[in-house]
Amino acid sequence: MHTPTMTVSSSPHLHEKNSTASIMYQVSIALVPALLWGIYVFGFRALLVTIVSIATALLVEYLLGRFSGESTLSDGSALLTGLLVALNMSPSVPLFIPVIASAFAIAVAKWTFGGLGANWANPALAGRIFVFFSFTTPMSSFVTPRTLASAMPDALASATPLSVVKTAISGGSLGMDANALLSEVSYPATAFAQKIAQATGFNAYTIDSFLGNVGGCIGEISALALLIGGVYLLVRKIITWHIPVTYLASVGLFSWIFGGIPGGLGLFGGSFFSPLFSGGLMLGALFMATDYVTSPISAKGQIVYGVGCGFFTFLFRAFGGMPEAVSVSILLMNVITPTIDRFIVPRKFGDTREQRTLAKERKV
Amino acid sequence: MHKVPTFRKGGVHPDDKKVFSRMQPIERLPLPGELVVALSQHLGSPAKALKAKGDTVVKGEKIGEASGFISADVHAPVSGVVKEIRRVTLANSIVCDALVITPDSEQPEGEAPAVDWRTLSEAELVATIKEMGIVGMGGATFPAHVKLTIPRDKKIDAFIINGVECEPYLTADYRVMMERADEALQGALICAKATRAPRVIVGVELNKKDAIAHLKEVVEAKGYPIEIVGLKVKYPQGDEKQLLKALLNREIPSGKLPLDVGAVIANIGSCVAVYEAVAQKKPLYERVVTVTGECIANPKNILAPVGTKVSDLLAFCGGFSSEPEKLVSGGPMMGFSFFDTDTPLTKGFSGLLALTGEKKVVTTACLNCGRCVAACPIGLVPAKLYRLIDNGQYAEAMANSLMDCKECGCCAYVCPAHLPLVHGMKTGKKLGRKK
Repeated sequence: MHTPTMTVSSSPHLHEKNSTASIMYQVSIALVPALLWGIYVFGFRALLVTIVSIATALLVEYLLGRFSGESTLSDGSALLTGLLVALNMSPSVPLFIPVIASAFAIAVAKWTFGGLGANWANPALAGRIFVFFSFTTPMSSFVTPRTLASAMPDALASATPLSVVKTAISGGSLGMDANALLSEVSYPATAFAQKIAQATGFNAYTIDSFLGNVGGCIGEISALALLIGGVYLLVRKIITWHIPVTYLASVGLFSWIFGGIPGGLGLFGGSFFSPLFSGGLMLGALFMATDYVTSPISAKGQIVYGVGCGFFTFLFRAFGGMPEAVSVSILLMNVITPTIDRFIVPRKFGDTREQRTLAKERKV
Repeated sequence: MHKVPTFRKGGVHPDDKKVFSRMQPIERLPLPGELVVALSQHLGSPAKALKAKGDTVVKGEKIGEASGFISADVHAPVSGVVKEIRRVTLANSIVCDALVITPDSEQPEGEAPAVDWRTLSEAELVATIKEMGIVGMGGATFPAHVKLTIPRDKKIDAFIINGVECEPYLTADYRVMMERADEALQGALICAKATRAPRVIVGVELNKKDAIAHLKEVVEAKGYPIEIVGLKVKYPQGDEKQLLKALLNREIPSGKLPLDVGAVIANIGSCVAVYEAVAQKKPLYERVVTVTGECIANPKNILAPVGTKVSDLLAFCGGFSSEPEKLVSGGPMMGFSFFDTDTPLTKGFSGLLALTGEKKVVTTACLNCGRCVAACPIGLVPAKLYRLIDNGQYAEAMANSLMDCKECGCCAYVCPAHLPLVHGMKTGKKLGRKK
């Protein structure tokens, strides 16, 4: 009988179809709605920044791969890092900034620690923080989105709702909440949002930041577009609910309970929803905090991590004097992740009090 | 709404692929030209050969004697002549001696004695089961008489029959339930009597609804005091820890046996063997094996004598329909791949799979994605264990409960980096024990 050559390997002989690359590409696909919205409202410039970020990330990954003899371009992680860097850029940044950010992300944040899987910080976030603190002014001047352009007062031209609030808070107690303040400085809202606001009772600013009619980074402005991507990842089981839900819920709860304090409104004076849609929170909670490598491995650990991210984000936003609440919070929790993994481990099967007593009783 | 029982922690849902062979009734293999009966077909020490080259053997005669407490007798599957004693490698890489038997052309069928097992005492039952060389037929091949000997100080309140067959592809147990339900259930009652268990429960997964219905019919018709429970489909529910959790909501603590939480579990195939051993004095010298996979021309469920060579099984199924990449004994999740088609059938050989190659995927570094942690039914952190083993930190891995790993394969099944996690665990256990 003819015997073909057989492969001998350890069990299991079946595998799920997922691979590192397929996961990276699916996360990238999930970011496309947010990217498209960014390009739509900010124009060609946003596309250019994106192309530069991704090209730099791929090039650096390729060169470092050549240098170290490992070909890692095909695992898709460099593409994703480049894309995330782009989404974290203001559309008006000079093009050398995304180049530096992507190069820092890949070369310093990832490769110096041993490449994919060994980095302690989310590379894209590290890249963003690096250029933010190096080039703060271009990184924090924003472009008015096309959908608001006609209505924006000149004084607010490069501001985001969050930065307006932050400036006001640093000036002292306000006696009003964020939305009232925005209306005070006549931050514009789209006619569409005002219509929905009248119909539903939600604040028009909250609706605009949910839809993405605010100033900000290319990929962070539309909570809706990000949520579409996030739901896709949840459905495809690329991410689990543990981190995004605990992160968002804790920011919402902390903001609702304590968020009114800096504005002089006391306990329960804050808003639950509007903080969720503002700034980089949605992008951070769905796509940055959920980075596998830098978040805890167990479900229990991920819940602790999500609440930690939420707590720090709230703290830095409400009481801190600097922007970057989301990035710094996630980075801080990245640092704590190994400690979480060390102390929060899954319960072992059979390790319950009843079982121990039962086993003891049966021995007698 | 009534909740379908299953275990809670971890588990995976591979495509069950039973479609190839599930509708094939059990067929008896024509007598092969040569049988290679291994002396180590069970967990524990190998049996000692009772025959030498040139001796004649009679079907059912004891040819290997248990050599220790955890060991089992081996019997001649046919009447014939011992051609030689040969060193063989089994599918699970165990190397042992085997008696090569050339069958006589005439195989006289003896009258099967009919024994009423209800008249036998517990000790007599266990003695007969030992005499007939019964071992667990789900794959672990633990000697049945050891399992059924309950220490005086332990009380068993449930005897569980494992009809889960959670491994994809395999249908041998399913066919046994469909065709030999009465024998299996009587075998279960024999075991329950031997272990003084007041309750008898059969667990079957819901992808075998017709088997559940058939078992229920037989139980009702004969008035057996047996419960049939349908379980939600989830791998590895056929593992005794998960099965006990699903059926009785009891968790076996680390390093303990089912009997420590008041239960004994046996595979449905073993129950048939127990019935035949006790009621018909028939030793365990043949078993039902599923021969299946994408590369088998005509997948079948075959009743074959122990010692049948894989090549004879393949030939009976029409050979390969396409070039297989792997031959596997057992199921695809925990089975052993091997390459030699002269490998003999053993008592624990539940399936022979000829699988096409999976798409080659590049192994990458661990992403810490946590899929292995979510999939582990025991609550281990496979990624961490793998890293420790990879670094040679075996003692550290042992301290992180490496020995609780059952090698069920859930972690490696879901790993997107395609790390050989189970391979790592096996290596780690071996090297860790040595130190």
